[in-house]
Amino acid sequence: MSLIKDFTKGIYRENPVFRLVLGMCPFLAVTTSVENALGMGAAATFVLICSNFLVSLFRNIIPSKVRIPCYIVIIATFVTLVDMVMNAYLPDLHRSLGIFIPLIVVNCIILGRAEGFANRHPVLNSIADAVGMGIGFTLAMVILASFRELLGNGTLLNINVLGSAYQNQPLLIAILAPGAFILLSFILGFFNILEKRKGGRQ
Amino acid sequence: MNPTVLLSALLATPDSGSQGFDLGKMMAIIIASIFVNNFVLARFLGICPFLGVSKELDSAIGMGAAVIFVMALATLGSWAAYHLLLVPMGLTYLSTIAFILIIASLVQLVEMILQKFSPALYSALGIFLPLITTNCAILGVAVLNIDEKYTLGYSLVNAIAAGIGFTLALILMAGLRQRLELADVPPAMKGKPVAFLVAGIMSIAFLGFAGLGG
Repeated sequence: MSLIKDFTKGIYRENPVFRLVLGMCPFLAVTTSVENALGMGAAATFVLICSNFLVSLFRNIIPSKVRIPCYIVIIATFVTLVDMVMNAYLPDLHRSLGIFIPLIVVNCIILGRAEGFANRHPVLNSIADAVGMGIGFTLAMVILASFRELLGNGTLLNINVLGSAYQNQPLLIAILAPGAFILLSFILGFFNILEKRKGGRQ
Repeated sequence: MNPTVLLSALLATPDSGSQGFDLGKMMAIIIASIFVNNFVLARFLGICPFLGVSKELDSAIGMGAAVIFVMALATLGSWAAYHLLLVPMGLTYLSTIAFILIIASLVQLVEMILQKFSPALYSALGIFLPLITTNCAILGVAVLNIDEKYTLGYSLVNAIAAGIGFTLALILMAGLRQRLELADVPPAMKGKPVAFLVAGIMSIAFLGFAGLGG
């Protein structure tokens, strides 16, 4: 029962991006296309699951004074793994995600889950939490990326949706840096309204 | 390793093509890092402190100073570790782990030194230092310098310029947010959403620098 709860809370109720506003840097940077968002989401979820697993496994061994450096080394190890695997098998994706692959190390979501959840919960719950948070993060990135790719390029997952007439004169700003900030601000505002409605009904 | 070998290793360019001091390239790097590729508004690095510490002008300036300082130190450390240790030993795949450890220990070291020798500066910057370890702008600048194959001199200039760019964005944002406190914002947009909206408009302004400095 609590396993399911640990899993589902990351998807909406404690969604790392929309509710907790964490992990903003990769979130804003790689959402120029849905493909990049899915790639980043998969990479971050993998690192999150592995680091939560190890941190939870060693939670009674790691001395609390040096726990943060330990977590960072654990996270950095898996990030290096992802970096090398992606470079070997998905070189195009690796190139378009660029420095944001090594920067998964300093993603606040991953360190936050290690410090805030995995270091005082059993292994299975920690994995459930990591999977939920990873899906929540990926979902949030896909939502923003869909808007940006659709408005800025007229495509979704590289498939032409809005027709070539739109593609000749797309809303280019959506795919540039300001588009990420502005669209995210509207999405956050939308979630605030949603939350208020829900609160009012209860 | 004798000192002269060490010194020449420090001054040599990794790509050995553009050795020496090139003022034009240096200016291009400075302008690009502060304005065109502003770390916060164009590259999306360091968004967390950008939002977290931009509520007051004083703390924004303190954070900016701490970031410039640690960025320069981290670049020095990571550059030396990469070119003097990892490359000769063929361990470049360990660079991410090495860099984050260098940054974390540097921050700790700076904190201890400041606490001991300059309590005034420590009380001004102290609370920001632990936050800096997880500031992706610091690791970002270290990784970028290696990717761009900059020499030590260019790396340092790039790091300091990136720090200044970060501070500029932070100070501008702090000034705007102080005014935003008094503005009549729709309730759903209060706080973070309107901060992102303001950042977006600032980012549009910074798009105007595109093309400057090559």
